[in-house]
Amino acid sequence: MDQKIAFLQERARAIRRHIITMLGEAGSGHPGGSLSAADIVSVLFFDTMKLDPENPHWPGRDRFVLSKGHAAPVLYAALAEKGYFPQEELLTLRKLGSRLQGHPDMKKLPGVEMSTGSLGQGLSAALGMALGLRLDGGEGAQRVYALLGDGEVQEGQIWEAAMAAGHFKVDNLTAILDYNNLQIDGPVDVVMNVAPLADKWRAFNWHVIEIDGHDIGQILKAIEEAQATKGKPTIIIARTIKGKGVSFMENQVGWHGNAPKPEQVEQALKELA
Amino acid sequence: MTKKIATRDAYGQELVRLGADNKDVVVLDADLSKSTKTHDFMKNYPDRFFNMGIAESNMMATAAGLAAVGKIPFASTFAVFATGRAFEQIRNSICYPRLNVKIAATHAGVTVGEDGGSHQSVEDIAIMRALPGMTVFVPADAVETAAAIRAAAEIKGPVYIRLGRSGVPVLHGEDFKFIPGEAVTLREGTDVALIATGIMVAVALEAAETLAAEGISALVLDVHTIKPLDIFAVVEAARKCGAVVTAEEHSIIGGLGSAVAETLSEHHPVPMQRIGVRDTFGESGKPEELLQHFGLTATHIAEAARKVIAKKK
Repeated sequence: MDQKIAFLQERARAIRRHIITMLGEAGSGHPGGSLSAADIVSVLFFDTMKLDPENPHWPGRDRFVLSKGHAAPVLYAALAEKGYFPQEELLTLRKLGSRLQGHPDMKKLPGVEMSTGSLGQGLSAALGMALGLRLDGGEGAQRVYALLGDGEVQEGQIWEAAMAAGHFKVDNLTAILDYNNLQIDGPVDVVMNVAPLADKWRAFNWHVIEIDGHDIGQILKAIEEAQATKGKPTIIIARTIKGKGVSFMENQVGWHGNAPKPEQVEQALKELA
Repeated sequence: MTKKIATRDAYGQELVRLGADNKDVVVLDADLSKSTKTHDFMKNYPDRFFNMGIAESNMMATAAGLAAVGKIPFASTFAVFATGRAFEQIRNSICYPRLNVKIAATHAGVTVGEDGGSHQSVEDIAIMRALPGMTVFVPADAVETAAAIRAAAEIKGPVYIRLGRSGVPVLHGEDFKFIPGEAVTLREGTDVALIATGIMVAVALEAAETLAAEGISALVLDVHTIKPLDIFAVVEAARKCGAVVTAEEHSIIGGLGSAVAETLSEHHPVPMQRIGVRDTFGESGKPEELLQHFGLTATHIAEAARKVIAKKK
């Protein structure tokens, strides 16, 4: 177990290094919410999900939907680390002609399961996938994982999807909420308070697990519990730190949507070495 | 008296047959299955039917997810809610990723009747037509509707199908061949081309009869596919007749009239008039009264035809 955790921590560190490098090169993009989700994404891509990078459209694969699509760099980094495409391609992020669009585009990049970016829609798409997979696969159906932002749950559609997923008892659907408590205009509880989150999801007939979203052991255990939960969808509310891993970015709202300058890239990479 | 069938009824019946033939077909509705006629599918294939409740935005994006795992979802609600409430879901979750979702929207146009303007969609064609990659079908009768539903299931990508609440005459026989993107000349003519879509095709045929009695030869073109528009047929009709009247149960802004005007102004400008709702919302009334009130009758089409003919050089 310790070995597994160390491996996943190293993958998360590699993902964070990619995030910094590609955003530095792109000159724009969203570091804060990419870094806060790196540990969760590391666990999903390097432990949890059944995937085949050699055959990205393998029907038996699990699905990942980045509902908080602006965190595209964390997804691209994981896909490159996993071997879906050469790591050099990460440097084309946000450039004309790149498969790495500012927000994920499933038509351009293999491994991206849903085009996202307009907040609030990804959970519905993940619900549709889970329903469709369950129709064909029944009990053994492939699983769908959706990563949500905390500001994102201010969108009404999230609660439409939550209601429907609870109603249809979609237990092959797991949502993970990246609860870093910062959005563009400031702290989430100041802009538009979303708390109490656990009570809300429970009220919509979800199984709720609350964890520290940077503790690999806790993430692993939560996913296991989600997989074992029958008759209802599960949400893992993961407390995170926006900008996690880069000292000058941590908990700084200004790093929601600003790319690091060359000297900042250098410092960040030093910290993530 | 010609047999009248609402296109929504034809949709519901064809959907059941399609469901039998193709197990990948799934249907979503937003608490209007009795009105949109998807409830027959629900009765036959309850496992493949999802009532999403009164939540159209979630319904459209859920349909996108179903399409992403290989299903062929038909999502139904009233046209106002499908294209208005859920516009951005259709744009970003369906059209942007070119997902294989079919939006079969009923209760389009003013013939919704008594429910009034809040429920009468007169802008949905304009909205759907603006989306890259969206195919837009507006069937004129029950036969076209059934064929359009079949065609939609065959097309790989998003399709919008505009359906009505009220009964309309059956225009086509059993042997009718529906080819997506190919307009149908229902009546040959040389003096004026009546280019119509949806329920206004039958009205245009009626107008052509009126005009014939006056010695005016009217061509009637049935445009069941607004997008991609049959540019060749539209230009040919304009070339042949030298004057055009378009007719639709929709705003004159952004619908068939706009599409034809855009095409003709680029390729073959001729005198033209648009019959449609003139930049206003609908209101309560009986369907027939509303068609009269909004100028959507054979009399109005014939009058417009005389005007454009007079403008010919």
